[in-house]
Amino acid sequence: MNTTVLVSTFLAASIEVIEMVAIVVAVGATRQWRAALAGTLGGLVVLAVLIAALGTALQRVPLSPIRVVVGALLLTFGLQWVRKGVRSVSRDGWTTGIGEQQVEEDVGDGFDWTGFLLAFRGVSLEGLEVAVIVVAFGAADNAIAAAAIGAVASVLVVGALGAASYRLVARIPRRALQLFVGALLTTFGTFWANEGLGADWPGGDLALVWLGAFYVAAALALVRVVSYWRRGTPRRLRAEQPLTEGASR
Amino acid sequence: MMLWNTTRKVVTWWVVTFVTGDDWTVAAAVGAGLLATWGLLRAGVPAWWLLPPVVLAATVSSLYRAVLRERG
Repeated sequence: MNTTVLVSTFLAASIEVIEMVAIVVAVGATRQWRAALAGTLGGLVVLAVLIAALGTALQRVPLSPIRVVVGALLLTFGLQWVRKGVRSVSRDGWTTGIGEQQVEEDVGDGFDWTGFLLAFRGVSLEGLEVAVIVVAFGAADNAIAAAAIGAVASVLVVGALGAASYRLVARIPRRALQLFVGALLTTFGTFWANEGLGADWPGGDLALVWLGAFYVAAALALVRVVSYWRRGTPRRLRAEQPLTEGASR
Repeated sequence: MMLWNTTRKVVTWWVVTFVTGDDWTVAAAVGAGLLATWGLLRAGVPAWWLLPPVVLAATVSSLYRAVLRERG
């Protein structure tokens, strides 16, 4: 067993798996766990079929266009959640939605196809990247088995951490969670879309950290700004109302 | 006909859910930002910085319009 390849693949795959698990946990916590897990399973099945069909030819799959499309879709969807989150938190405060209250009005008792597709895309794209890492690391040293074990170990370890974080995530008020998950999806979307276009982020994958911090800080600032705009409304109306009432009398 | 109607409904749901949402201008700004990034990259300019401010500007503008709509 080639330990160097195993450890290298474990570390490289972990970066992709963290992104995958973050999306699944975020979608599950804010929308529906059933749909998020079904989307994960669907993504893994598609991935297994691709690996079985293409084998080492996976290295030739063009990832850039997939990154652009998936990234752009995550970006536009994440921004919808950021906007909804900012509007509701600025109106109702941070504590709205504690417990099982849903944040998305369109998530009923039925199956949540939106959550399914979000998880499916995240898992299939990141899973594909993990598969490419396995093939690249494994083929270079003729140690596909060691690389595959490293990747599977990474999925198991990071997946277990993600599952363990569920209770912690469940304690966050849903409206606040929607805002942060929106920022998270926006972060991944911006990162992947730009990467797919061929842009090199300063710091590589670490750019996800500062990009995420930038979007979270912007969302928090926007909550204050929108509250200010809202507070301006009644005051202005209050100021205008007596004049109007006086004029009508 | 039924197949066409179903396809149209699914496509409309998909576009509204994942792309436009309640404000299509944000999706349009994101599209323009991506296009501009692509153009700059092709011209040899390292344009990784362009998309975040475009996204932020589109979001601020959309939220401002939403507050204006609430005022009626």
